[in-house]
Amino acid sequence: MLQLRKLTKTYKTGDQALKAIDLDVPKGQVLALIGPSGAGKSTMIRCINRLVEPTSGEALLDGVDLTKLGAGALRRARREMGMIFQEYALVERLTVMENVLSGRLGYVGFWRSFLRRYPQSDTDEAFRLLDRVGLLHMADKRADELSGGQRQRVGICRALIQNPKLLLVDEPTASLDPKTSRQIMRLITELCRERDLAAIINIHDVALAQMFVPRVVGLRFGEIVYDGLPTGLTPDKLTEIYGEEDWEATIEKVEDEDETEAAE
Amino acid sequence: MPVFERDDTQIWRRRTTRENMIRWFGWLAGLVVFAWCWQIISASTTWFFVWDAPRIANDIWTRATPPRWEYITQLGRPIWDTLNIATLGTIIALFLAVPVAFLAAQNTTPSKLLIRPLALLIIVSTRSINSLIWALLLIAIIGPGVFAGVIAIAIRSVGFCAKLLYEAIEEIDHSQVEAITATGGSRWQVMAYGIVPQILPAFAGIAVFRWDINIRESTVLGLVGAGGIGLQLSASLNVLAWPQVSLILIVILVAVIISEWVSAKVRGAII
Repeated sequence: MLQLRKLTKTYKTGDQALKAIDLDVPKGQVLALIGPSGAGKSTMIRCINRLVEPTSGEALLDGVDLTKLGAGALRRARREMGMIFQEYALVERLTVMENVLSGRLGYVGFWRSFLRRYPQSDTDEAFRLLDRVGLLHMADKRADELSGGQRQRVGICRALIQNPKLLLVDEPTASLDPKTSRQIMRLITELCRERDLAAIINIHDVALAQMFVPRVVGLRFGEIVYDGLPTGLTPDKLTEIYGEEDWEATIEKVEDEDETEAAE
Repeated sequence: MPVFERDDTQIWRRRTTRENMIRWFGWLAGLVVFAWCWQIISASTTWFFVWDAPRIANDIWTRATPPRWEYITQLGRPIWDTLNIATLGTIIALFLAVPVAFLAAQNTTPSKLLIRPLALLIIVSTRSINSLIWALLLIAIIGPGVFAGVIAIAIRSVGFCAKLLYEAIEEIDHSQVEAITATGGSRWQVMAYGIVPQILPAFAGIAVFRWDINIRESTVLGLVGAGGIGLQLSASLNVLAWPQVSLILIVILVAVIISEWVSAKVRGAII
């Protein structure tokens, strides 16, 4: 469904953030993108919905090359791609409900959105989603009153109400505690399964990625150095992605956590 | 940070000896310049008037007290005009300042090479000329009266409001803008959802702050004939009616205190 063909991004400073990335994501597949800071994870997902303009290459969503779209067509294409952010990126001074409904901005006209006159079907869906993530009672709270985990749930609702084919998820758990991180990851993967959504999840917590996703892609210096099952991430592979470190502990820890997870 | 060893202990000083000397000479030079300036000012001062000042001040004080309280009946209308000049001027200024601010902010300007310098020029030019001078110019163009005062205040405030507002726009959290862009929102929707909610508190703060300043500025506009209580002040000064002058000053003081109180309340309510 999503195909990246030699996608390249060179920043003005001359830094090559992405070096001819080739990647295929089939419909409904959730994959984790791991790699050290500065490996180009964030740049890669931003090049797909063109919050960052790629320098060359193609990004095909259902056969449409996103990199060549004009302003209007790009807006319509962005509706198909929901995005979830590291620091939630909610509009802090708007209510939870307004934040969720803002996911429909690509579908409603300016005045309707300005006057908050969203179609009834949109508000119905917003309530349904808030109920699904357990925040229905918070609908009228201002976003800055919520805790980190709650904000990220609102962010998830905002992405899903777009009715996307693909989720682009940028470090969803980096600002959250370990327990909330797992809950959020579980919620994202569950929702993707329910809706048969594909997702690219940037994440630097290897253990967390291994726990929840069926496919892991490792990025280093803008190149894919690993693509396969989470179980295939041996210490050698992790060294290749992140550099020299004692990886045994990380991998053992995952198994331990899996057991406690099962026990819960 | 110099560190040197003496008797096997490491001694730390904030500055090296050389840096200390440079600083010492810097202060000495400052002192010399101050003394020199003092001499020049002293030489060109007519000291007779300075020694005479307490006597004259005392003389004016005795003439000005008590204030002529019954004159207050004639001041209601002018102080109302003054308030209106300040309020209307501020409102007009805000309407003009918002687009200028969006054109001037680095992250929202449509063109950094052409439009941004133009917007900055508007900001600098309106800010650099005092409202009293704007009023003088406008009286020549549109005649004396309250209207000239309103426009003078409005023009003078545009730059101030636009400058503070565009700084607020430049300081917004970019990720919220990104998030709204990523939903497929149009340029205007990104502005309404991603930017405006973030700058609204700053906008309200700027509005009341400028209104507060404008009340003080509009009290003197009458001195050049642009309406308000300044007209009464200048008339009273011209005929040396000191008890009236003192009453006008009291009225202005009260108006300013009230406006400060209101703007403090409003700002408190926003934050």
